[in-house]
Amino acid sequence: MVQYTWIGFDASFAALSDATRRGVLEHLGRTDASITDLAEKFHMTLTGMKKHVGVLEQAGLVTTEKVGRVRTCKLGLRRLEEEAAWIERYRQLWNARFDELDKVVEELTRKETVDGRKKRQ
Amino acid sequence: MDARRDSEPTPMKNPTTTERKSDRELVVTRTFNGPAHIVFEAWTKPELLKRWWAPKSFGLTMISCEADVRVGGTYRLVFRHDAFPEPMAFFGRYIEVTPHARLVWTNEEGEGGGQVTTVTFEEQGGQTLLVMHDLYPSKEALDAAIASGSTSGTGETFEQLDELLVTLGASVKRS
Repeated sequence: MVQYTWIGFDASFAALSDATRRGVLEHLGRTDASITDLAEKFHMTLTGMKKHVGVLEQAGLVTTEKVGRVRTCKLGLRRLEEEAAWIERYRQLWNARFDELDKVVEELTRKETVDGRKKRQ
Repeated sequence: MDARRDSEPTPMKNPTTTERKSDRELVVTRTFNGPAHIVFEAWTKPELLKRWWAPKSFGLTMISCEADVRVGGTYRLVFRHDAFPEPMAFFGRYIEVTPHARLVWTNEEGEGGGQVTTVTFEEQGGQTLLVMHDLYPSKEALDAAIASGSTSGTGETFEQLDELLVTLGASVKRS
């Protein structure tokens, strides 16, 4: 059994749903690498690898830095680990739930008011 | 964190707040525009619970929702997220049920003893202040939940992901 989550991790989840991208993360866990290195390692075109790295970067899992002509990729897990960000995502989840719950409460309250009026009549 | 937009004509939604109250506690609050017995009903009748617990706006879909809301009764909520093929389940047991005022349940989907959730419903002039309090067994348990982005689920996908993130987390800390 695992503690796992979807909380606001849409982007991270989508990023991690691809085997190549998971491989890239594993590789970057061992060492930083350029996009060219990664493309070679995973037998892909430079353009293909750039796309994968772009997805990982958007999800905050990887950061890249261009030095001269070489773009170096490294793990950027900070966002995932940051407590404030997690708590905000947790808030967003409950806020989304409570927005739906508002509708249920409103409907039931309205119904009760109408029923109450009927009874009094 | 919400950007206030006073110019919007839509009715103001009540804000949801979250806070890590201590090493072991998370607290969520929200006010609802209805009496406590109605808000309580929406948390305790499965047919109502399933209407709001897996919001589509969050990419969630409810698969099944069982809740036997009485002391010792169990619940099991199964849902999935758009990004994941594997359904996730939340389950546990109600340990306190005070009609229209208070609900306490265990969360048993995680390993090693999960958090205990207490929800209180307090009516104030026709509105209800809801406070949801999660008490984790230890600081480490809450830290781990935050670090893994938890709140839990089951299935191989998550195990793989879990292992991967543990590995990655370890390497990041090393560097």
